[in-house]
Amino acid sequence: MTLAHMEAAATETPAPSLRLLRSIWASKTATIGLILIALLLLTALFAPLIAPYDPIAQDINNRLLPPSATHWFGTDGFGRDMLSRIIFGTRPSLGLLALVIATSLPIGLIVGVTAGFFGGWVERVLMRITDIVMAFPQLVLALAFVAMLGPGLINSALALTLTGWPAYARQSRTEAAAIRQSDFLAAAQMAGIRGPRLLFGHVLPLVLPGAIIRVALDLAGIILAAAALGFIGLGVQPPTPEWGTMVADGTKVIFDQWWIAAVPGIAILLASLAFNLLADGLRDILDPRRD
Amino acid sequence: MGWLGTLVLTLLGLLLVTFALGLTSAADPALHRVGDHATEAVYQAARHDFGLDQPIPLRFASYVWGILHGDFGTSWSSSRPIAGDLARVFPATVELAIVAIIFGASIGIALGTASALKPRGVVDNILRLVALVGYSVPIFWLGLLMLLVFYAILHWAVGPGRLDDIVQYSITWHTGFALIDTAMAGDWDPFRDAVAHLVLPAAVLAFYAIAGISRLTRAALLAELGKDYVTAARAKGATQWQIVLGQAFPNVAGVVVTIVALSFTVLLEGAILTETVFAWPGIGRYLTASIFVADMPAILGATLVIGASFVTVNAIADLLTKSLDPRLRT
Repeated sequence: MTLAHMEAAATETPAPSLRLLRSIWASKTATIGLILIALLLLTALFAPLIAPYDPIAQDINNRLLPPSATHWFGTDGFGRDMLSRIIFGTRPSLGLLALVIATSLPIGLIVGVTAGFFGGWVERVLMRITDIVMAFPQLVLALAFVAMLGPGLINSALALTLTGWPAYARQSRTEAAAIRQSDFLAAAQMAGIRGPRLLFGHVLPLVLPGAIIRVALDLAGIILAAAALGFIGLGVQPPTPEWGTMVADGTKVIFDQWWIAAVPGIAILLASLAFNLLADGLRDILDPRRD
Repeated sequence: MGWLGTLVLTLLGLLLVTFALGLTSAADPALHRVGDHATEAVYQAARHDFGLDQPIPLRFASYVWGILHGDFGTSWSSSRPIAGDLARVFPATVELAIVAIIFGASIGIALGTASALKPRGVVDNILRLVALVGYSVPIFWLGLLMLLVFYAILHWAVGPGRLDDIVQYSITWHTGFALIDTAMAGDWDPFRDAVAHLVLPAAVLAFYAIAGISRLTRAALLAELGKDYVTAARAKGATQWQIVLGQAFPNVAGVVVTIVALSFTVLLEGAILTETVFAWPGIGRYLTASIFVADMPAILGATLVIGASFVTVNAIADLLTKSLDPRLRT
């Protein structure tokens, strides 16, 4: 058997992940979640084609209109079409989600893989830091971060990353530690592969699927945190339509034109529900006690 | 490292984060004090006054030293010491969170138990739905809808705020807890007013906790009910209630207490949004109000107090788990 075989054998274990995909399809909740997520993605992608109006075009003569045939969800305080703003609102929400994952997953993986692979004092120090950050309150620190460094998409993402990576670090540390002693790694090392190439070429691919599943469980929480930042006024800045900010705009007229706050709230609820359905299905599938 | 060591290290980490945030912020406390038109000499004097000309490790040490002595700095918007402001608003948050956790824990544990008794039954399916919605609903929006429905449309609840103005300024504040202080007033009307104002925000906040508490109670109890001793008890003819209340529940009590304690920390964070919606004069609204006027020292002070309570309650939950579960005792 050659080294390539051994490597292949090691990376062929993704048989379970293929099974996972099939189980997701078999799980009703996860399937509904995935369909909703696909709809959200398509909406974000084709927003300019779907939206009936320009989401930031003001029309002062038609402000605060109730839902009707011309404006399905009515208009806001500037006479902007609510439906169009909801449709375009998928963009900052999903964009922020992507940004948060793109920053927190790599940090978690680097910390976790390094700690799990090297063990010893490296592991102790890194995991101590991870545990400390994991004990921090996410929303409050995110608020403080954005309040200090200024609102906007990038800062919101950084703020949520600040406390978001430890879960992935812990997950990948456990898995990296489990394969630390495995033969294929010893073989790779004997073949002269070491350092970052060993870590990220050989350990990382095996650790990645578990970390990605861990990310999937967090997505709904990120959507809600992003909406909360928007509601406080620290999210993506106006006039860009953002759901949390739209709810905040609607609070001023909640008793008279309730739909202005209600509709974007439903959008947030549906988006986070979609990711929670997926997470719920995943949890069921991954639970070893499942019958 | 022991429990206390971990807690102290975590709190120190939190201080490091708030300090670093203050450091990286574009806002300059010295410039804020002297204004844009000050001469360079005056500005430098202010910098020296704040200790901004000292090396960063030294500034961090004096920051920690100040916090330990209750010095959170001076608010930019009110020019009052922030520590006093925080001491005034914090009891309102604690009161709201305690009432919410009582609601949330009793309903959550009851729901979780009921659904564990009949997995895939009616209650279990309802719970699954409630938990899904509870995890998905933006709490600030839920609060708004509740205000709209129960206050504006049905007139069942009183409006936002903690007390009516008349009560607010007529009672004497001893403890800072509205329920206690109004009860001490001797007259029942202020107390009723305090309860009436508390119900809606506490219910909204409780809903936030119910999902987690019920789901984890269900899981813990289900695992326990699958064990051999339960089968043995059943074989001996014990009823379902005898088994659950008499045997299984005491064994999961530790887990449930931990879940409730952990949910309390979630409520401390949830209170920020709930307070903003209900105009509840607690630390969460203090934080969002400070954010609105860019009052940097006040933002960092409130963040630190909320964060420290969060971290401390978490650590206590950790300690509870260890002392309640004999297997984890060292």
